[in-house]
Amino acid sequence: MSAGRPAPRAYVRPMRGWWRRNPYFVRYMLREASALWLTAYALTLLWGLWRLSQGPAAYEAWRATLATPLAIGLHAVGLGFVAYHAWTWFRVMPKTLPPLPLPARAITAAGLAATGLLTLLVLAWLR
Amino acid sequence: MKRSHEPVFWALFGAGGMLSALLGPVLILVTGIAVPLGWLDPDTLSAVRLQAALAHPLARLGLLGLISLFMFHGCHRLLHSLHDLGLPRWRWAPWLFYGAALLATLAAAALLLSL
Repeated sequence: MSAGRPAPRAYVRPMRGWWRRNPYFVRYMLREASALWLTAYALTLLWGLWRLSQGPAAYEAWRATLATPLAIGLHAVGLGFVAYHAWTWFRVMPKTLPPLPLPARAITAAGLAATGLLTLLVLAWLR
Repeated sequence: MKRSHEPVFWALFGAGGMLSALLGPVLILVTGIAVPLGWLDPDTLSAVRLQAALAHPLARLGLLGLISLFMFHGCHRLLHSLHDLGLPRWRWAPWLFYGAALLATLAAAALLLSL
C-alpha cells in the first residue's frame, strides 16, 4: 500500500488481544512469558550471591525468604514456565540447528533426553 | 551499511536458551523448591558449602555464566515481546534490556571476585 492519506472510514483491524484469538498464539505467548520467569530467577540467584558476599547471617536471611510459601509457590510456577521453555526449545531445535542428517524427531528427543538425564544426575549427586 | 549488533545478542540468546533448557528446571527445583521444603538436605545450600564450592575458579565462572546467559536470554525475549504486546517502538529499549543483562553480569562478576 502506498503512503498517503488513508481512505475515509478505512477499516483497521484491531490488534488488541490478538494472541488470545488462537491457541497457537496463546502457546507462543506462554513461551515468550517464560523469559520473565527465567530473568526473575537469574536475579534471585544474583540477590543470593549478594547476600552471601555479606556473610553467613545475611545469606541465611535470604534463604529464609526463599523458604516462605510465596517464594516456593513462585518458584513452582517458574519451574512450569521454564520446563515449557525447554520443551519448546527442543521442539524448534531441528529448525534452528544447521541441517543435520537426522530426523527432526530424533533431534528433539535427544534434547529432551539430555535435560532429563542432567536433571536426574544433579538430583542423584545432591541426594 | 551499518553493521548490525543483532548476531551478538542472538548468540547470547541462543546460549542462554540452551543452558536454561538443559539446567533451568533442575536448578529451580533444587534451589527454589526441594531445598527450602527440606526434600533435599538443607546443608546442600549452606553458606559454608557454597563458599567451599565457589573457592574453585571454575565454579565461579560457571555461576557467572549461568546468571549472565539467563539474563541475556530473558532480556532478549522480553525486548522482542514488546512488539507482540503492541507497544510502540522505543529507540532506547534495547539499551535498557541489554543494559540490564550487562549490569547483572558485571554485578555477578564483582560479587564473585569479592567472595
